[in-house]
Amino acid sequence: MTPPTGITRATLLKDLRLEWRSKDAINSMLFFSLLVVVVFSFSFDPTAEESRQIAGGLIWVAFLFAAVVALNQTWARELRNQVLDAYRVSPAPANSLFLAKVLGNFIFVIVLEALMTPLFIAFYRLRALGPAWQLLPLAMFGTWALVVNGTFFAAMCLRTRSREIMLPLLLFPISIPALLAMVQATTAILSGESSARFWIVLLSTYDLVFTTVCLLIFETVLNAE
Amino acid sequence: MTETAPAPVITVSNLIKQFGRFAALRGVTAEFASGKLYAILGDNGAGKTTLLRTFAGLNQPSSGSLSILGASKFRDICQHVGYMAHPSLLYDEMSGMENLEYFARLYGIANRTRCAQVILAVGLDPALTRPVGQYSQGMKQRMSLARALLHDPQILLLDEPFSNVDVHSTTEMVRLLARTRDQGKTVLIVTHQASLLEGAADEFIWMEYGKIIERTRDLKRLEISAEG
Repeated sequence: MTPPTGITRATLLKDLRLEWRSKDAINSMLFFSLLVVVVFSFSFDPTAEESRQIAGGLIWVAFLFAAVVALNQTWARELRNQVLDAYRVSPAPANSLFLAKVLGNFIFVIVLEALMTPLFIAFYRLRALGPAWQLLPLAMFGTWALVVNGTFFAAMCLRTRSREIMLPLLLFPISIPALLAMVQATTAILSGESSARFWIVLLSTYDLVFTTVCLLIFETVLNAE
Repeated sequence: MTETAPAPVITVSNLIKQFGRFAALRGVTAEFASGKLYAILGDNGAGKTTLLRTFAGLNQPSSGSLSILGASKFRDICQHVGYMAHPSLLYDEMSGMENLEYFARLYGIANRTRCAQVILAVGLDPALTRPVGQYSQGMKQRMSLARALLHDPQILLLDEPFSNVDVHSTTEMVRLLARTRDQGKTVLIVTHQASLLEGAADEFIWMEYGKIIERTRDLKRLEISAEG
């Protein structure tokens, strides 16, 4: 038997290969985020100080909406030709599939963030007055929070008729604590007025709790009729 | 000398499968032996696909009992079951070989030789680099059969394997399935093209309204009953 980590790796590589060939998710995410940056920048034309106050909310809301595009794509490609059934009849564990999907989405969103952050900085003339290195763990924990729940709820919506609408309806309310922590931490780092430490710890706890819960119940979701 | 009947690998008793208020299977009771090729026939909506999906662990029975290779939980024996559905169960953006390599990993098969073997066995070229999405429907069907055969399963469940496949390829597929049966495997085929399996199938099973109505070795008898 291939160990679960081997199956996760094979599934992740397969997803990366499919995305590389189709570019369905990454193109839509990039285009959407780019629109948000440009449109908001011209609509408000904020000062450097105002930018530091609003950038946290703007950045994370843009990434959250863009992530939904990738999350919907993740499972859509498993539904074409009912390929998911081939996984379900195999001895491969359900959680290997879930982790591969989460890791895949994490990579897509991190790539998006890496490409879009310089644009945000340029358009909003951002400069961190607090410890800028904290943005790195914040981005990691924040992105994980978005994709772990997003991947889980996207799987839950798989068999619903309007899954593109259902996903944000389920995901956004449950992401509010994480989103709040991401926005507050980003604003704290950019403005340098307070410490972001509390919010980053809160985010990591959120990640731990929701990753555990998702792993515990994903098999039931996958095999639901 | 009396011929000993082969041991049943699938035993199903009073199996009922309901989707909401609709009963797709209404008390199916049957046994399927090893080393036999069964053709499951019936009109649309007779419950053939539901029966096959239940055997494949994709549908949970609403009531009744199902035992496959002595186990009641599908997870315990899924390594020994191969399933081919009506859709291809393949990724359109990847080549046939890439698809099989991925599915091989799910079954713990690490060598490419096995993938190439089954692709050749269904009459396709393992070196074909075209993505599956660009295959003809018949080629997709054959690649789908290759995926089901990949892990050399003890039980092979095939849903409409011959639809859209040309005559020559169909003949080759039937030969391959007969050889698989001769190796002691159990092959269950849901089809509307019963005549293709005449001479190859050990038994024809007629389903109607979620029940097995008749089992016979003689297809003509079944045709007469259906007409009557």
